[in-house]
Amino acid sequence: MLKSVIKMEFEPKLVGFLCKWCSSAGADLAGVSRRSYPSNLVPITVNCSGRIDVSHVIRAFRDGADGVLVSGCHPGDCHYTSGNYKAWRRVALLKHVLEDFGMNPDRVKLEWISATEGDKFAQTVKEFTKEIKELGPGPYSNVKERE
Amino acid sequence: MSKKESKKKVAAYWAASCGGCDVALLGLHERILDLLDFADIAFWPAATDFKYEDLKGYERNEIDLTFFNGGIRTSENREIAEIIREKSELLVAYGSCAHQGGIPGLANMSSNEELFETVYKNNPTTVNPEGVVPQELTEREEGNLNLPGLQERVKSLSQVVEVDYTVPGCPPPPELTEDFLDLLLAGNLPPKGSVVAGEKTVCDECSREWNKETIDEFHRPQEVEIDPDKCLLDQGIICMGPVTRSGCEASCPEANLPCKGCFGPPKKVEDQGTEMLNSLASVVQIGEEGGSLEGEKALLSNLPDTIGTFYNFSLANSIFGGKVSDGGNDEQE
Repeated sequence: MLKSVIKMEFEPKLVGFLCKWCSSAGADLAGVSRRSYPSNLVPITVNCSGRIDVSHVIRAFRDGADGVLVSGCHPGDCHYTSGNYKAWRRVALLKHVLEDFGMNPDRVKLEWISATEGDKFAQTVKEFTKEIKELGPGPYSNVKERE
Repeated sequence: MSKKESKKKVAAYWAASCGGCDVALLGLHERILDLLDFADIAFWPAATDFKYEDLKGYERNEIDLTFFNGGIRTSENREIAEIIREKSELLVAYGSCAHQGGIPGLANMSSNEELFETVYKNNPTTVNPEGVVPQELTEREEGNLNLPGLQERVKSLSQVVEVDYTVPGCPPPPELTEDFLDLLLAGNLPPKGSVVAGEKTVCDECSREWNKETIDEFHRPQEVEIDPDKCLLDQGIICMGPVTRSGCEASCPEANLPCKGCFGPPKKVEDQGTEMLNSLASVVQIGEEGGSLEGEKALLSNLPDTIGTFYNFSLANSIFGGKVSDGGNDEQE
């Protein structure tokens, strides 16, 4: 009843896996610089983007996320030398498989954000939120856990 | 107590399976006589003439041990699984289908309607001009005919009832079944819920030489001449060895074929396919300096049928469990 009166706009649920050294610090900078960006993204700080397991992303979608952002240091800048290259390869393979599962691979976004790029972080979240809004709800967004 | 009364009862059942697991039980050869010294067969549709009524007639937990093979595809599979669980003291998921959903689980990439369309109408070798498709209920003057219906998705046994032990493999090698029986007879079984096989991965048992080479091109096994001494992944052939439980003595790689993953994921791994992607990501040439977007596309285009490759046996047990519908609205309840 209420829903029919107030037209509810789809607000995507986004999960962001951010590396501790660059992207998470970038997110902090966006905050202390008072950049405004949508509140759709739930940030999860991991030690390194190379720590992000493909199953973390798949699990996020299974549990109702509409989009997943993976973000790490710029190529060549990884605190652990090569973790971001690992994330790069994992995301490339993951997108390929997601397509076969029947999902739009654009629901996963890989972005390099350094500790000084607060603006870029805010911009990325803005754009990603907009993109996923256009794509609509994710594969498990409306499904309660089946038995 | 007479000798007969002191004897144990064993049973075996097939659900959505090919029958290979029943043959694998017979693959015990004369060892099966040892089993029969110790126990009588209480129910085994593939080999004996017991009916469902006989099964339903047993007391709770009266059957000491049941080997259950096959995935849960139809309402009949599910019903019998539930009855068998009630009647059995120990329930063993026997083989890949009961363990992980197995090959039948790949049907989760299609809807039931699509499956019926393909099998009964659009199959090139099918002649069905009237479009006759099996129905759960057919009404006739003489009476109604019933067939078990398909479940929405194929499930593994453990997704339907509690499983005590798992003997994996497609089919389980006889040695593994023997090991399980030895442990059982010696009263030495591991904690309930265990998978009775190795704890490590197929790579630990494989004798091929691994040189940690990067993959710049994928090959399918029929396309290339496979070097019998070098690691298959080094040669660009997807081998599920790194993410598959040991216990088969690497029988496929030793026979110059890639591992397909029938033993399921090793301990502590939830999803065999995603684990393989993680593993593969360490050796593919993507995104490094010198790598290009075109090169990445070309590399991945040589990787067709990812679900059949990475989830050949484990799709039903995977995190997604099957095809998803993007947009979410189709599955809305």
